[in-house]
Amino acid sequence: MLWTNFLMNVSTASNTAVDYFPIGIQLIFAVGFVATMIGVSALIGPKRQTSDKLQSFESGIESVGNARQPMAIKYFLVAILFVLFDVEVIFFYPYAINFRDLGWNGFFAVLMFVSLFLAGFIYIIKKGALKWED
Amino acid sequence: MNTILLAFDLALFLEKLILIAVIIFASLGIALYTTFAERKVAALLQDRSGPNRVGPFGLFQPFADGLKLLMKEEIIPNTSNKFLFILGPFMAMTAALMTCAVIPWGNQVEMFGRTIQLQIADINIGVLYVFGVVSLGVYGMLIGGWASNNKFSLMAALRGASQAISYELAMGLSLIALLMLTGSLSMKTIVEQQMDSYWNILYQPLGFLIFIICVFAECNRTPFDLPEAENELNFGYHQEYSSMKLGFYLFAEYIHMFIGSAVMSTLYFGGYDVPFLDESTLSSNVAALVGIASLMAKIVFFLFLFMWVRWTIPRFRYDQLMNLGWKSLIPLALFNMLLTGALILAKSGL
Repeated sequence: MLWTNFLMNVSTASNTAVDYFPIGIQLIFAVGFVATMIGVSALIGPKRQTSDKLQSFESGIESVGNARQPMAIKYFLVAILFVLFDVEVIFFYPYAINFRDLGWNGFFAVLMFVSLFLAGFIYIIKKGALKWED
Repeated sequence: MNTILLAFDLALFLEKLILIAVIIFASLGIALYTTFAERKVAALLQDRSGPNRVGPFGLFQPFADGLKLLMKEEIIPNTSNKFLFILGPFMAMTAALMTCAVIPWGNQVEMFGRTIQLQIADINIGVLYVFGVVSLGVYGMLIGGWASNNKFSLMAALRGASQAISYELAMGLSLIALLMLTGSLSMKTIVEQQMDSYWNILYQPLGFLIFIICVFAECNRTPFDLPEAENELNFGYHQEYSSMKLGFYLFAEYIHMFIGSAVMSTLYFGGYDVPFLDESTLSSNVAALVGIASLMAKIVFFLFLFMWVRWTIPRFRYDQLMNLGWKSLIPLALFNMLLTGALILAKSGL
């Protein structure tokens, strides 16, 4: 019960699903517009396709193999770390909205959370997870 | 009873539909002319004339460019994944067109006996909505780059996605300090608060600095344009694209710039607020017009800043970019958040 109250406090504008109705209209509008334009350009453009033209471009030389190859692990690490830290950042949002009501007590509680955040952050940096130059 | 409810909904539906059409076509038009302005500003900074052949002062150049893209041959490489290849630009453009829903373009106008809010949807999670939809644009880039089955596209897409998600963290953190001040996620409420007191930039200079750097990185603009680094990756993640699908990728970038400028103006520079003017003395329609003009002036300034930076500052190296995002901006944003919190609490004297 307390938890739901906490979430409800986020509301300042009116808080019903009707508010999202225009976004639905806009989604239909945007999807329709984009689909129409892509369709029209596919219809009215010339179609003179040759096998050379349909090859993937590799700076003018014949393409070697394909691009479905293993990629650098660093990008994968960044994505995983992003998921971890972004979840932690999202937890700050409800706090920021209710920040004045929670006062110093809330601030110290968040300070603890931030120190945990920082501990993880310093750990990944010391571990070299974000080291790009070999 | 039922028919009255239905009639009311129909009027609301029409009103919103017209507003959506106007705002979407306006942002498309502004994006068109931003490409033109970009070339003119580049010419200005490099002491050239820029495009001046099509129409007076070259003013019809963007239409010529758009029409050219629309009528070009569509090429889908043999080795690509066809469905994802089309889905990529589709998602990028749809996401770009969806962001403008929560931005308040002005206060309200009275027309045909109705009071029309100049905001498509005033939802209570406005800022989060912008974040969520902007992040969807990353999928467009990643899907398009992977589906092309081209090594350059793949590398560019990976770089772009890593860059976008890295800077999203710092962006989210820098906004938290602002939300502590406003206590609301609704864009309209944030603007109304700034109308009554000072603009948020005065309270959040460091937060704004972090935010604007992240906006540059999210829009893939110089000095963070690594996904399109021509000298190492040819043309970036949209290498294999042609016709309108290429056009949509390029267009989405300019719409992101426009929306990014609008969000910065709204959150930190008072949105449609005119400094030193009491809007309540004007009639509601005049106040709305003045407000829209004021917001547009701020947006144009930021768009100019994007171009100014592009033609002034060279590109980062990739490890420098990641170090800046993770090792400088995130700790700085955390520090800014704690400092703001402590100062607000100390000032309110608890």
